[in-house]
Amino acid sequence: MSGREAILGKVRNALAANGSASDRQQVVTERLETAPKGIVPARGKLKPAQRVALFRSMAEQVSCTVRQVKKRDTIPRAVMEYLRSKNLPAALRMGDDRRLTRLPWADFHTLDIKTGPSDGDDLSGISYASGGIAETGTVMLQSGSDNPTTINFLPEHHIVVVDAKDIAGDLETLYAKLRRKFGRGGMPRVVNLITGPSRSGDVEQKIVLGAHGPRAVHIIIVDA
Amino acid sequence: MTQHTITSPAFKENARAALNNTQLQRALGNVEQGFIAKRSLAADALPEFDALRDNARDIKNHSLEHLDLYLEAYEAKVIETGGHVHWAQTAEDARGIVLDICRKVDAKIVTKSKSMITEEIGLNDFLEKSGIAPIETDLGEYIIQLRGEAPSHIIAPAVHVNKDEVEEAFRKAHDYLPGNRELEEPEQLLDEARRVLRAKYFEADIGITGANFLVAETGTSIVVTNEGNADLTQTLPRIHVVIASIEKIVPTLEDSAQILRVLARSATGQESSVYTTFSTGPRRPDDPDGPDQYHVILLDNGRSAMLGTEFQEMLRCIRCGACMNHCPVYHAVGGHAYGWVYPGPMGAVLTPSLIGVDKSGHLPNASTFCGRCESVCPMRIPLPKMMRHWREREFERGLNPATARYGLKFWAYFAKRPRLYHFAAAFGLPLLAFFGGRKRRLRKLPFAGGWTRHRDLPAPQTKSFLQQWQKHEARRRGGRT
Repeated sequence: MSGREAILGKVRNALAANGSASDRQQVVTERLETAPKGIVPARGKLKPAQRVALFRSMAEQVSCTVRQVKKRDTIPRAVMEYLRSKNLPAALRMGDDRRLTRLPWADFHTLDIKTGPSDGDDLSGISYASGGIAETGTVMLQSGSDNPTTINFLPEHHIVVVDAKDIAGDLETLYAKLRRKFGRGGMPRVVNLITGPSRSGDVEQKIVLGAHGPRAVHIIIVDA
Repeated sequence: MTQHTITSPAFKENARAALNNTQLQRALGNVEQGFIAKRSLAADALPEFDALRDNARDIKNHSLEHLDLYLEAYEAKVIETGGHVHWAQTAEDARGIVLDICRKVDAKIVTKSKSMITEEIGLNDFLEKSGIAPIETDLGEYIIQLRGEAPSHIIAPAVHVNKDEVEEAFRKAHDYLPGNRELEEPEQLLDEARRVLRAKYFEADIGITGANFLVAETGTSIVVTNEGNADLTQTLPRIHVVIASIEKIVPTLEDSAQILRVLARSATGQESSVYTTFSTGPRRPDDPDGPDQYHVILLDNGRSAMLGTEFQEMLRCIRCGACMNHCPVYHAVGGHAYGWVYPGPMGAVLTPSLIGVDKSGHLPNASTFCGRCESVCPMRIPLPKMMRHWREREFERGLNPATARYGLKFWAYFAKRPRLYHFAAAFGLPLLAFFGGRKRRLRKLPFAGGWTRHRDLPAPQTKSFLQQWQKHEARRRGGRT
């Protein structure tokens, strides 16, 4: 008997008294199809303006820096200012997300832009988030050539752009968005929820930023 | 190097050694100081926290009641997205499956993110013996790997280690770095670990992670970290192996959202962990990075035998560590004294289920039944009740020590003879109260050195409850007439 049959058999035997097989299957199928929502905290259900304000303050509480800009076109300037303020070289890694590649980067001809996944030598990388969560100050990123996963983790500084309209109150809203895009039961290869720069408290419980992932996360919120 | 020898039968000796270990006692102060206050702040900051705990409990109960069906649904989804599912009945089966995957690609280096399951199956030891180098990437796990130790806490594995001891371990292991470098502060230690391990992520052939949840709806494994080590572990090598026990299943993404809300708050007092990562299958055509192969090993190792028993509720555990953070016994002796992988109250219930109560009967007895563990458990697991179940089983099987059995018989002799009991109490209580003095604490007591060596015994009231009650009633009646 295979491990699979043995384990499932033991589980079935142990649960044998819990109703007929068809009833149980129906309960499970229904649950998987309806995905009932549960409790969303009140602070995850704010109106758009308050939502962005909460997102911002929650992100700052977990040591992100946040900047809000009016239009996408101003992202390159905001990025350059961030790099300068941190004394970082004018170099940036990004994927092929058109919301990023089409921006007027050429205005800053000293800026060295590399595209594709990070090779581990990048000091700064930029990604376009598919959403934000106000409840916790979290950004959501999806794998793919648009925004390669390695950019989320290898550079020392991670700049994340998120559109104000994509900032949801709660995680459940972003799940619903994923379902619309990938179909019921579908998911991108990786979804990263990121809440602040990487950190560790493993030496005497003292929280230190910059464990294995970025030492700093800079969020740029785009109003329109 | 990792120790997996079971020393649970020697809990008493372990505890004694721990109480006399000054380095350990200094480190344990951090548990009591840090975790409790942080959790309480986080819980108070979310008005819906207790309602979410109820939901989290109900979700896991539902999942466990339909576990076979959700496992099948989950498996189908993983296969549909191009992943492989392996079923392991025992620790040995799981180790064998890992080795097979390693052998097929001739793996030499395996990076690992923190996983209690791999501790449970003794994976590191086994891989080393098979000529494969396992490298722990969580800072705490890395520290104890260098020190040749097992974790002493399920979310803070090196909580028993002080920074000077970390420095010592790093200087010894990284002897190729300049000897005069500064390495006293946590920042410097973390920085050095970051640099050393960064190279390893790239060298590794296989990355092994655990899972906090397996989502049946989508075939997704979810892993939560603060360091980002699980992400580099699973993104850079060619192969990602997830090892998870069967009870990690939740039905839907929405269900994971409910439990995620109580997990980080209960564990570290964070509103959310830094990284919550959802992984579904291997690299896709559009992916410029990520693993070519995605494997999941589903481990039973004794869990199916807990279903349908009085210990089923233990399978709700999400390994947040809140129970041990709030446990006075854990605060006193630390995690290693428990003698196997899972310490604290959750270990006192789970360990007997997994390795047998004959080897671990001391653990459910190492409790004052103060109930703090249950009061903070995000999954509302009745830990004290289950420890009592283990004590009953132990007693039924005659496994507890002769002194305990004779002690109980001695007590039972009196308890069955109320007059004799009252007489003895009326004689004994004032005596103890007298020796307790004004502070009402006994610092020494004949035959009770095991108790009084490390703490005082509270002295009783002069009169027994019954005596006081009779007096109270007499006064009441007297007052009425």
